[in-house]
Amino acid sequence: MIRVTKLHVKYGRREVLHGIDLTIARGELVGLLGPNGSGKTTLIKALAGLLPAASGRIEIGGADLGGLSHRERALKISCVMQRAEAPAGFSVRELVLMGRFAHTGMLSGYGPLDYAAAAAALKDAQAEDLAERQASELSGGEVQRVLLARALAQGRELLLLDEAVSALDMARRVEAYDLLAELNAGGSTVLSALHDLNLAALYCPRLVFLKAGRIALDGPTAEIFTEANLKDLYETDIRVAAHPVTGAPQAHLVPGARAAALG
Amino acid sequence: MTTGARDSRAQGRDLRTKVLWISLICAASLVSGIVACGLGSFPSTPAQTLNALLQALGVRSGQPVDPALSVVVVDIRLARVALAWLTGAALATAGCVFQGVLRNPLADAFTLGVSGGAAFGASVAILTGVGSGLAGGALVDNLGGLSLGGLAGSAGLLPLFALAGALLALGAVLALGRAGGGPSGGMNRETLVLAGIVVSTFLSALISLLKSLDEESVSSIVFWIMGSFQGRGFEHVRLALPYMAVGLGLVLWRARELDLLALGEGQARLLGLNAGRSRLWLLIGASLLSGAAVAVSGVIGFVGLVVPHLLRLVVGAGHRTLLPASALLGGLLLLWSDVLARSILPGGAELPVGVVTALVGGPFFCLLLGKRFRGQA
Repeated sequence: MIRVTKLHVKYGRREVLHGIDLTIARGELVGLLGPNGSGKTTLIKALAGLLPAASGRIEIGGADLGGLSHRERALKISCVMQRAEAPAGFSVRELVLMGRFAHTGMLSGYGPLDYAAAAAALKDAQAEDLAERQASELSGGEVQRVLLARALAQGRELLLLDEAVSALDMARRVEAYDLLAELNAGGSTVLSALHDLNLAALYCPRLVFLKAGRIALDGPTAEIFTEANLKDLYETDIRVAAHPVTGAPQAHLVPGARAAALG
Repeated sequence: MTTGARDSRAQGRDLRTKVLWISLICAASLVSGIVACGLGSFPSTPAQTLNALLQALGVRSGQPVDPALSVVVVDIRLARVALAWLTGAALATAGCVFQGVLRNPLADAFTLGVSGGAAFGASVAILTGVGSGLAGGALVDNLGGLSLGGLAGSAGLLPLFALAGALLALGAVLALGRAGGGPSGGMNRETLVLAGIVVSTFLSALISLLKSLDEESVSSIVFWIMGSFQGRGFEHVRLALPYMAVGLGLVLWRARELDLLALGEGQARLLGLNAGRSRLWLLIGASLLSGAAVAVSGVIGFVGLVVPHLLRLVVGAGHRTLLPASALLGGLLLLWSDVLARSILPGGAELPVGVVTALVGGPFFCLLLGKRFRGQA
C-alpha cells in the first residue's frame, strides 16, 4: 500500500527526514512513534502529499505519489492532521460533506451518495449528535471526532492520522482506536502517528519508531516494545509490563529522571 | 432509520431557511426595481410608472402613456436601476470571493485596492482614446451622444482595461502583503488591508493627476473616486453585462472550492483541491466582476464588505448559497443607495452613490474591526 524509498524531506533548508525506507502492506495497522521533533508529522505530511520530497520516492497503492493529481491522491488517501481548525459559519454536516469533494465532478456538486456517505461517517465516528452544531463552536476533542468522520467520508482504503485523537478524553480515545481496529479488520490500511506509547502497543500489531529523522526501530510490537529499546529511544528509565487484560506490553515511567539527568 | 429521517429533516429545514431568504431578497429586488423607477424629480404616479414599464415590455394596456414620462421611467430610471442592481450584485459577489479566497473578513474590491486599480485602468483607456467612444457618454453625462457602433468597437475594451488595472492592483497588494507578512510568507490580515489602502490611495492620486492633465472637470474626478450612476444608460448595462456574466459564472462554478479554501490550504489539498489553481481562477473571476462594475460606475466602497457579512449570519458560510445571496442583496442595497443618492439633495442635484454607501458602510466597517480586535484579545 505504501512504499517509501530513500525519502529525504526538507523544511526550507533544514532537512528533517534523512533517508526513510518504509513499506506498509495493504491491511496493516501501524503505529508511528518517536520523541518530539523526531519527524512523525513530517513523514505523515510527506505521505499525504502536503510536503514535497527533496529526494527519494513515495508510492501509494503502486502509483508514484508525485504523479497523482490532487483529486486522485485524495481518492486514495484520507488524512487527519493535528491542530486542524474548524472555520466559522459551517455546520458539522457541511464540514464532513467536504470530505466528498474529490468524489464529485466540477459541475455536479454533492449528490445523494455523498450525503449518505457523510451520514454513515458521522455515525461511525460517533459524531452524529454534533451534526447540526456549528463547527467553530466545538471543543478540541469534538473537532477531532468530526475530522475523523470527514476522513471516513472521504475514503477508508488508506488512513493517515497525525495525533488525531490526542485531544480526546480516555474513553473517547479508546472508542476511536476501537473504530480504527474495526476499520482495519474491514480492510483499511492505517498509519497513525501518536505520542501515547501504550495506546499504540495496545492496538497496533506493528510499530515504527522514528528518532532524529531516521527509522530507529520497525517491527512487531511484541518484539520491539522492550525496556531496553524504549530506554534507548526516549533516554529515560522505562519499565514494561503486560497489560492485565490483553497481555500487550505497556510502558511505565519511573520517577527520578530529572535527578538522573542532572547527575 | 430514525437517524436517517432526522438527517433529511434537518437538511430540509436548512434548505428551507436558505430558499426562504433568497426568495425574499428576489421579491424585494423586483418590487424595489419597480418602485425605484417611479421615484425622482419628474413626478409620476405608481400607476403611470407601471404602465410605462409594461408598455416597454410590449404589454398593451388601456391608457396611452405620455412619451416624456416613458423616456424618464424607462430610458433613464430603469436603465439606472438595472445598472445599479448589476453593479451592486457584482461588487458584493466579488467581495464574498475575496474574503473567501484570502480568508480575510476585511477583504473586498475596495479595501484591496482592486477598485482603485480598475478605475485607473479605465481612466487610462479613456485618456489614451481606446475607450473614447464611451468617454463622451461616461464623463460628460451626455446620454444621447453615443452610437452602438462605438460601443461594439473601441469602447468595448474599456472593461478590459479596468480588468487589467484590477489584476495589477491585486498583484501589487498581494505582493506587498506578503512582503509585510514576515519571513514565513504568511499574510497577516491587517497587513493585507493596509497594503490595499496604500495601493488605492496611490492610485486615486494617479487618477486625479491624469484627470488634471487632461483638463477635465472636478466632478468627473469625483465620479471615479466616489462612484456614481449619474447619466448612465442601457449602453452601460450592455457594456458591463458580458464581463459580469463571465465573472459570475466563473465564481459560482467554483463556489464549493471556496468552502474548501476556507479550511486553509493544507486541509483543502488533503481533500483533493488544487488550491493554487482554484485561488487563481476565483481571483480572476472576482476581478472581472469588480473591473466591470468600476468601468461603468466608478469606485463604490463597502457594498462588497457589508453584504457578505450580513448574509453569513443568516445563510451560513457555505458559498453555494452565500454567493448567489450576496449577488441578490448587493444588487438590492446599491439600487436603494442610488435612489437615495439621486433624491436626497433638494433641487435635483445628485450625490455620488459612493458617498451613500460609505456613510452606511463606514460605521459597519468600524464595528467589524472592533469585533475582530476584541476577538483577538
